[in-house]
Amino acid sequence: MAKVKHESRWYPLESGESVLDGLLRQGVSVPHSCRAGACQSCLMKAVGGAVPQAAQVGLKETLVAQGYFLACTCRPPEGTELEVAGAEALRVPARISSLSFLAPDVLRVRLVTDAPFDYRAGQYVSLVREDGLARSYSLASLPREDALELHVRVIPGGAMSGWLAAEAPLDQRVFLQGPAGSCFYVAGRPDQPLLLAGTGTGLAPLYGIVRDALEAGHTGPIWLFHGARTPAGLYLRDELRQLADRHPQLRYRPGVLAGGTRDIAEGPLDALIRAECPKPVGWRAWLCGDPQLVLSLRKKLFLAGLSLKDLHADSFLPSTPQVGASPAAAGAR
Amino acid sequence: MSTAGVAKSVYEQIGGEPAMAAAVEVFYRKVLADDRISHFFEDVDMERQAAKQKAFLTMVTGGPSSYSGRDMRAGHAHLVKLGLNDMHFDAVVGHLKETLEELNVPAPLVQRVLTIAEGARADVLNR
Ligand SMILES: Cc1cc2nc3c(=O)[nH]c(=O)nc-3n(C[C@H](O)[C@H](O)[C@H](O)COP(=O)(O)OP(=O)(O)OC[C@H]3O[C@@H](n4cnc5c(N)ncnc54)[C@H](O)[C@@H]3O)c2cc1C
Ligand code: HEM
Ligand code: FES
Repeated sequence: MAKVKHESRWYPLESGESVLDGLLRQGVSVPHSCRAGACQSCLMKAVGGAVPQAAQVGLKETLVAQGYFLACTCRPPEGTELEVAGAEALRVPARISSLSFLAPDVLRVRLVTDAPFDYRAGQYVSLVREDGLARSYSLASLPREDALELHVRVIPGGAMSGWLAAEAPLDQRVFLQGPAGSCFYVAGRPDQPLLLAGTGTGLAPLYGIVRDALEAGHTGPIWLFHGARTPAGLYLRDELRQLADRHPQLRYRPGVLAGGTRDIAEGPLDALIRAECPKPVGWRAWLCGDPQLVLSLRKKLFLAGLSLKDLHADSFLPSTPQVGASPAAAGAR
Repeated sequence: MSTAGVAKSVYEQIGGEPAMAAAVEVFYRKVLADDRISHFFEDVDMERQAAKQKAFLTMVTGGPSSYSGRDMRAGHAHLVKLGLNDMHFDAVVGHLKETLEELNVPAPLVQRVLTIAEGARADVLNR
């Protein structure tokens, strides 16, 4: 049996159980969302004992060195005794400075932190509410801008998105954890063709990355594909058109599944990409948003010749309810 | 081969670890594009799969690898339950051959690699 010590109490883990599941099962509150190692909401720190390497995959070197790990992917072998603490020390206080709709179901949330917040355009943060509810969102802003900007898709019944859309007041205090992720522009090859693709709020990180690349003086072609079900979901269209007018190397390509027009292509995103970028050998690409789409595009672009090291992807994995939790409890989280 | 102890491994001759990265991409692309076997290799985490392809290529080219025949049995047992058979094995070996040829590995070395791969057949297919 492995056991975990948290705030001076020991909690036994069942065989093969993750630290996250074991603590939640025994009533300890730990922020979490995807339960799949993708959102980093469940970050914890090992203050005694060793965590399996698998629990630190995707974490920054500096966090690994300090013993941080992801509780949802941490399954200590039998006999392990692990002492853990929350990641409160990494949380930065912030307040909501503006809330406005960019599309009927897309909310723009602007946040101001008390202290400077260091990040690269396109990375994501964990937004933590005062009661511990945590969800990850990509940054659409640039570090030089005053506020951090998130694009949040409002999901009916969504704990965080519903709260932001209907209840959260301006100046509401929240916490940010992060930034994380490797979806950002890398300077050094200004003429390399770039491909950015996403659906829905998958545009958020791309909006940061594309502006970052242009400001860094990128001269090679930059393709930006944004997909939505209908034209109503294609937000920031005017801004992106104007950006493309000012920068001829930027090719903005909005696409929808239904209701295309002269300016908006109709068809699945992968078909639009294949038609315009048939041979992306030597390119760099960023894929963000719906997990299914990211997965299938990643495979298609790899098969079309893009190298894995030049393929950056952020899947917006949804939250996963706790196994065995009552629906009411899951909803309350 | 009597000179095996003296001769460099194919792994070293084709450029060691740095050359592996290129070989993995070429090989993984072939495997993923082959409908007969791609379902064995589809993984939400392409990096993790690529790392496994690298372990495979390192092993069959005689690079630093610590897998035993028993590891090979255990590592593929769940795939045999899913129907892994000689046809799939031959397909993988075919892609291995093409990959090495595309990377301009001389024919005698390719042959050596294929012999090592063939030697793993019984373990991989759990026979
Ligand atoms: C790395 C990362 C980056 C992310 N970036 C963004 C971002 O920039 N913008 C953004 O809007 N979201 C982003 N997400 C998703 C975000 O973290 C939340 O999962 C999402 O906002 C839903 O949270 P919620 O609390 O509102 O809904 P929840 O209360 O978690 O979910 C309510 C119900 O809706 C279901 N559900 C959740 N999401 C979806 C969906 N997409 N489609 C269908 N059903 C769903 C859930 O399974 C649940 O049953 C990101 C996720 C990750 C892992
Ligand atoms: C020449 C014979 C083969 C050798 C030497 C070999 C070698 C290996 C090695 C070393 C690994 C372990 C990687 C790791 O987990 O670190 C592995 C995993 C794997 N092999 Fe093979 N392999 C062979 C044939 C095949 C064939 C024919 C298939 C299917 C068509 C196959 C499918 C897989 C898969 C899917 C995995 C990953 C399993 C998992 O998800 O854990 N292999 N192989
Ligand atoms: S990374 Fe652990 S809950 Fe998302």
